[in-house]
Amino acid sequence: MNKSDNKWTEIISAEKGWFDLNLPELFNYLDLIYLFVKRDFVIFYKQTILGPLWYIIQPIVNTVIFNIIFGKIAKLSTDGIPPFLFYMSGTIVWAYFASCINATSITFVKNASIFGKVYFPRITVPIAAVITGLFQFIIQFSIFLGFYLYFVKNGAEIRPNYLLLTLPLIILQMAIMALGFGLILSSLTAKYRDLTFAMTFFLQMWMYLTPIVYPLSQVPEEYRIIYILNPMSSVVETFRFAFFGTSSINLQTIIVSVCFSIVVFIIGLYMFSRTEKSFIDTV
Amino acid sequence: MAETVIKIENLYKEYRLGVIGHGTLYRDLQSWWARIRQQEDPNTLIGHEDRIIKNENILALNNINLEINKGEILGIIGANGAGKSTLLKILSKVTAPTSGVIKYKGRIASLLEVGTGFHTELTGRENIYLNAAINGMDRKEVERKLDEIVIFSGVGKFLDTPVKRYSSGMYVRLGFAVAAHLNPDILVVDEVLAVGDAKFQKKAISKMNDISKNAQKTVLFVSHNMGSIRKLCENSILLKNGSIAFKGKSDEVINRYLEGVSIKSVKNLLSSKNFKRDKKVDGSVRFSDFSIRDKNGKERKSFYRGEKIYYHFSFSTFEDREYLYLESDILSDKSGEVLATINLRVGDKPIKKGFNGKIILEVETGGIMHGEFPILFLLHGRGMYEDYDFLSRYIVPPLIVLGDENVQTNTNFLFHIESKLQLIKS
Repeated sequence: MNKSDNKWTEIISAEKGWFDLNLPELFNYLDLIYLFVKRDFVIFYKQTILGPLWYIIQPIVNTVIFNIIFGKIAKLSTDGIPPFLFYMSGTIVWAYFASCINATSITFVKNASIFGKVYFPRITVPIAAVITGLFQFIIQFSIFLGFYLYFVKNGAEIRPNYLLLTLPLIILQMAIMALGFGLILSSLTAKYRDLTFAMTFFLQMWMYLTPIVYPLSQVPEEYRIIYILNPMSSVVETFRFAFFGTSSINLQTIIVSVCFSIVVFIIGLYMFSRTEKSFIDTV
Repeated sequence: MAETVIKIENLYKEYRLGVIGHGTLYRDLQSWWARIRQQEDPNTLIGHEDRIIKNENILALNNINLEINKGEILGIIGANGAGKSTLLKILSKVTAPTSGVIKYKGRIASLLEVGTGFHTELTGRENIYLNAAINGMDRKEVERKLDEIVIFSGVGKFLDTPVKRYSSGMYVRLGFAVAAHLNPDILVVDEVLAVGDAKFQKKAISKMNDISKNAQKTVLFVSHNMGSIRKLCENSILLKNGSIAFKGKSDEVINRYLEGVSIKSVKNLLSSKNFKRDKKVDGSVRFSDFSIRDKNGKERKSFYRGEKIYYHFSFSTFEDREYLYLESDILSDKSGEVLATINLRVGDKPIKKGFNGKIILEVETGGIMHGEFPILFLLHGRGMYEDYDFLSRYIVPPLIVLGDENVQTNTNFLFHIESKLQLIKS
């Protein structure tokens, strides 16, 4: 008996660690993440008539609408960038961010029945959602790239620069930030279901507080501080700077934004790991 | 001595009853603001000010200590709410214990529900991969076992059809097939076999037997079907109010359990507010009291052959109902199949809301030779799914007829039972 006592594979106990994200365990579930992503794609494909075409229609329609309302009617400046490209770049970046938050924030609510029946690292669900969103972004991004090259060929005044190399980093930052916010919100919606409704509204407000339909240069000096604190404004502006070479973004803002994203991500992980332990007992 | 693979030490699980949160942010803020101003919480239930249920706790598991050996199939039985599912949930890491420790060796796979995570739009093949991954199996392993899973489930040519087009039987078979091939060291199975047909149940039970005997795996098996427990498990435990009430050979444990299902517990259940029915009912007409009596009105549990049994029910009506029927099914103890059905209309007029009545059902036992038969009762209307209230076989004490022990009732076909029904207004 004594011999077998120290050979336990695992011990289930009540001790609740302050922060325990089991990374090696997560590694064993990479297949699951892959299958979740695949599932979301297959379902999206099967449940819609146009399938992935929606990914293309969405940003183009949005861009045209923004172009008419903010460009033609409100006559907002675009910093000399061709308005079509200006709005499209903003739209696809924001669409990725918003769709990640929307998808991850309902993790607990939507998966309550599975979570109640079988154990697997819960974090796989939001991670899969962010990756699914990434594919959507890549499709939309290639559409954008097509238009971009078309404009360059027709002699538009665009100055892409070395910052293009940091594009993957910008996207990574956005993914981490969206995941962080999504994790925080998912823990909150697990407790307060009505937050799901507030979120649509909240995301819309946030979008108008981010330089999507107008450039940062148009914001009066005294309000700039809001934009420095809004981590998304740095992402959007850096993205545009890389492609068009005009922006009023500075290094300081970027650093603040990156730090902010990491902090949000850590808070998100912490809240998520707390919620996943108690969630099943409270639904 | 056999090797111990699961060791449970001083396990407790506590649930908090009452108000945890109101579920909406607005109300939580409202309550919080009221507390700050030292005013009465506007969200407390009226009339409950003097006994705030905030700190009332319930022990779903109360000091469980258990050791399970390698290759053992352990049956877990107990009434509804005894803690069976909670124990399995803790073992499968879905929820954490309040205190205590479980140590185990190897990998645990749990089958608390068939086809967890199945998506109806995906094909059978895609669902096999997804379901296996959710249960912690990697893709290479699934690929190796795919053929075996498909053969066992018998869905062969429908493998690339979305599971939404499957019959419910195929769905269940596929779900079980994946779980059975997960190749865990410990398999935890909750009441999942009840959904399949007899042929499938037989197959599933022999598969579990195979897993334990030949592959030396450990199985924990929860069931309400005493027949399956008897067939599959050598040893069982009986859970009662969160503790292990009895432990030993399955036959003894089952006898202990059936004795425990008493009239008193039915009455308690009926008077308690959170009594969950084992079937989907709308609750428009509800049982409020139940007893079993002889012709002199004396409460009894067992009857001699030829004696008349009188089932007394009280009920309350919460909505107007055109028709009210009482159905009673007498089942076979071994297979759980229906042996006799009595379906009689209660009264001959529509039942009005607020009506409280008493039903006396008279059952002639002449046609039953000897034995113990689970029985269930259903109050229903005329339509397909118009079920009002339900007392399952696990709640109602079985019908016990004492005849000649050597003459067993032939349970291979339906038999007819003489019966009468009387409605009294109370």
